[in-house]
Amino acid sequence: MKGIILLPIFVVGLARLEAHAFLERADPGVGSTIQTSPSEVRIRFTENIEPAVSSIQVFDASGKEVDKRDLHLDRSDHALLHISLPPLGVGTYKVTWRVVSVDTHVTNGDFTFRVVR
Amino acid sequence: MKFLSLFFWLACAVLEFSAPSRAYGHGFAGARFFPATLTTDDPFVADEFSLATVSSIVTPDNGGTRDTEIGSDIALRITPKWDIEFGESFIILNPSQGKATNGFSNLSIGSKYEFFESDEHETVVSLGLGVDVGGTGGRSVGADSFSTWAPGIFFGKGFGDLPNEVRFLKPFAITGQLGVAIPTSASTRTITVNAQTGERDIEIEQHPDVLEWGFALEYSVIYLQSQVQDMHLPAPIDRLIPLVEFAMETPLNRGPLGPTTGTINPGIIWSGKYFQVGAEAVIPINEHTGNDVGFIAQLHFYLDDLFPHSIGRPLFGGNK
Repeated sequence: MKGIILLPIFVVGLARLEAHAFLERADPGVGSTIQTSPSEVRIRFTENIEPAVSSIQVFDASGKEVDKRDLHLDRSDHALLHISLPPLGVGTYKVTWRVVSVDTHVTNGDFTFRVVR
Repeated sequence: MKFLSLFFWLACAVLEFSAPSRAYGHGFAGARFFPATLTTDDPFVADEFSLATVSSIVTPDNGGTRDTEIGSDIALRITPKWDIEFGESFIILNPSQGKATNGFSNLSIGSKYEFFESDEHETVVSLGLGVDVGGTGGRSVGADSFSTWAPGIFFGKGFGDLPNEVRFLKPFAITGQLGVAIPTSASTRTITVNAQTGERDIEIEQHPDVLEWGFALEYSVIYLQSQVQDMHLPAPIDRLIPLVEFAMETPLNRGPLGPTTGTINPGIIWSGKYFQVGAEAVIPINEHTGNDVGFIAQLHFYLDDLFPHSIGRPLFGGNK
């Protein structure tokens, strides 16, 4: 009986609630190998993001940050973050992210992509 | 009572829709998300609610008895590192010979404190104390008249810090528990009188301390997709966590030591935004545990994601 009481409340809640933001997709892709230098890293999350307290950084193999530190939210998609990149040489790059979803849950992660010629 | 429940949950919903605040999630260590396991306990201090855990297995009792249990558990955080947990089950015992009985188990109350976390190494360690409150369940389904205390240590470790040469092993993780169940009564004496002869028989049942140990080995497709290699897997496969759980009990004292009993439970969990569903086969490790493969299935809600501004956040201390 308690379950019958609870379920409608859960359903009502689902209509508006946010949850932990997981990485949904990234470009360049997680673990991908690409032929040309990307102009930016885009990461789409499963929830809308608070950009002011979120971060994405891109490091080269020596640990030097190579991104342009211009993290911004997509104008039409508030779950999509962009950060610009200069032309990248051949090598493996590590992307680290830490985001705060609009309900203030914090999540983080990292992945690599490889540029080849 | 129904009105009280309704009022409680409505109050949560109202708070949810109105209060601006912040909460931190459960089941995370760095980039690692750990699901709630079905059979063994995990180390996470969390706001979560298992609406229904249904299990069924044939035990060796009375020449073979199907033991079906429908349980519900709730855990709520007092502080970001400390929670309190309540659990209750309805048990149906159906012996191969004789009449079926049913009733509630003893109420279980527990508390857990997370004292170590390493985000870099995806590691969490907690201490916990649980008690099965004697006399709160039905004697007909074997609920003890005495309480049993169970201190334990719980751990979780993700393998995300493995070198890239073995990157496809990074989605593996292990959680586990080690504890001792200590009954408050060493033995129970049952006196029966033979109606014809008038002789009295005294049966003494020993209640040993029991080492409770177990672990869950899991492989997170979520982690694979977001941290290691995007395999472009479609839903719902991209949210699956296959796992194997090992849940064991070893008597430690009081009379001839009985054998270790337990089950090995291979299964799968699907984890969504607000809830997870899981199902496992329950395979007895020996004839003392059972002779038949059973099952366990669970619907489990993440209260911190559903109600991040009310019951899904710590009572005190707020932020982590």
